[in-house]
Amino acid sequence: MKIVVLSGSIVGSKTKIAMEKTVDILKQSFPSHDIQLLDLAEYTIEFSDGRNYFEYEGDTKYITERVMAADAIIIGTPVFQASIPATLKNIFDLLPVNAFRDKVVSSVVTAGTQKHYLIVEQQLKPILSYMKAHIVPTFVFIEEKDFLRKEIVNDDVLFRLERLVEDTVLTVEAFEAIRKRKDEEYDF
Amino acid sequence: MMNNYRINPSEGMEFGLYSLGDHIMNPLTGSRISAQERINEFIEMSQLAEQAGIDVFSVGESHQTHFTSQAHTVILAAIAQATKKIKITSSSTVLSVLDPVRVYEDFATIDLISNGRAEIVAGRGSRVGTHQLFGVDLQDYEEIYEEKLELLKQINENEEVTWNGHFRPPLDRAKILPRPLHGSMPIWRAVGGPPASAIKAGSMGIPMMLTTLGGPAMNFRTSILAYRRMAEQNGFDPDSLPIATTSLFYVADTEKEALRGMYPHLNTGFEAIRGTGYPKQQFAQATDYRDALMVGSKEQIIEKILYQHELFGMQRFIAQIDFGGVPFDKIMKNIELIGNDIIPAIKKHTATK
Repeated sequence: MKIVVLSGSIVGSKTKIAMEKTVDILKQSFPSHDIQLLDLAEYTIEFSDGRNYFEYEGDTKYITERVMAADAIIIGTPVFQASIPATLKNIFDLLPVNAFRDKVVSSVVTAGTQKHYLIVEQQLKPILSYMKAHIVPTFVFIEEKDFLRKEIVNDDVLFRLERLVEDTVLTVEAFEAIRKRKDEEYDF
Repeated sequence: MMNNYRINPSEGMEFGLYSLGDHIMNPLTGSRISAQERINEFIEMSQLAEQAGIDVFSVGESHQTHFTSQAHTVILAAIAQATKKIKITSSSTVLSVLDPVRVYEDFATIDLISNGRAEIVAGRGSRVGTHQLFGVDLQDYEEIYEEKLELLKQINENEEVTWNGHFRPPLDRAKILPRPLHGSMPIWRAVGGPPASAIKAGSMGIPMMLTTLGGPAMNFRTSILAYRRMAEQNGFDPDSLPIATTSLFYVADTEKEALRGMYPHLNTGFEAIRGTGYPKQQFAQATDYRDALMVGSKEQIIEKILYQHELFGMQRFIAQIDFGGVPFDKIMKNIELIGNDIIPAIKKHTATK
């Protein structure tokens, strides 16, 4: 199983810290899976201009091809102006229609205050639905106060990340089983 | 009524073949034939199509990897020489990146070589790479195409053209030669599924070739109705304007054989060109007569085409049978079934006495 952990911001540290923790948990719980952290802060990505994703070059081609090859994507996002950052939206814009068909997508969100709790429901999930993702219903919401000096200090957040990781992997397995059963019927 | 377009609806709906000119490995063998072999396939396909009684054969222009029809007018000229009676057209010509004068010169020449069998299907192009290759600014994507199509139409209707525009130097009483055998030739507008381009085609009063690649056929009726309504509103008689529809196509003796025969090619082709495969669940539904994708037994295909004829009232249907590395023996088998079984049934039901 190929799992991409995508840190969707190029500024700040909270989302990155949360996604690094997510990768640690994944590697501990599912060591045999192919797990990769893609931190957008480490890449230079072009704005979408209508090309097919594989016709870009450099980082843009690399990131989009990694995402398209994944079975599961765990998206980490901060909240900027009551929405996801433009850097993350650009990744979606670079990908084709129905890009997340047969993929599981789950999300981790970091925010300054709990006022932003529903941003994922209202801003991120509609995009994922449109792109045909199997969305893991629950997400992990992490606030400023859960961090101390670049570390997550709220144990409850760690428990929730463990559950999210488990849910993500099990959801992939469940949908794989469904698809396999359907494919067996088709005979082509 | 459709004499200008060399179409006689009383003889029944025309049946054509088209190739995008794709050059993709055969997923069953994992290997790809050479570009030369693939180009020769187009020419041989056109001859087999003619022998099978197919009305139209067309090759499209594309300018990126996975294609070998960059010089589609040259291939069409070879086909003009290799055949006697089948109509020859493009599917489509990417007019946006070309000079309409040059396009017209090429196709008028093909018309003379073929003794009056050439047509042009002009498209906008759907891939960014083509525009980059020819240095055409994507900012002008819509306007450049509209302007060039209007010029192409003007050249077709007048031997001497005076014209001024933004995307090509002006023409001052320019004689555009040679002229086609009968002075002018049919020019169609290539239209993707959604109605926006169909509306533009209708308002120009130009014949429309509409792609209906898959999904419920009923969805494409919106574009057909919008086309006819816009033609009427702009002073054209919709009954004088032919419509063609196109679809991916695979017929076999049984439904099961057709599904098994088509899927690997369709999926590989989509992966190569679009970067995502064709969903199996959606493909499994496609033999239903209401789905636009043409896959099934000959009886199922006949039912699909006649159902679409009721929905759309088109004068021509064009099938793409060679997409995604289909080996030539399968292409031959498709042509055989089309000629022996499908065309006679369709002509019988759509001819007006």
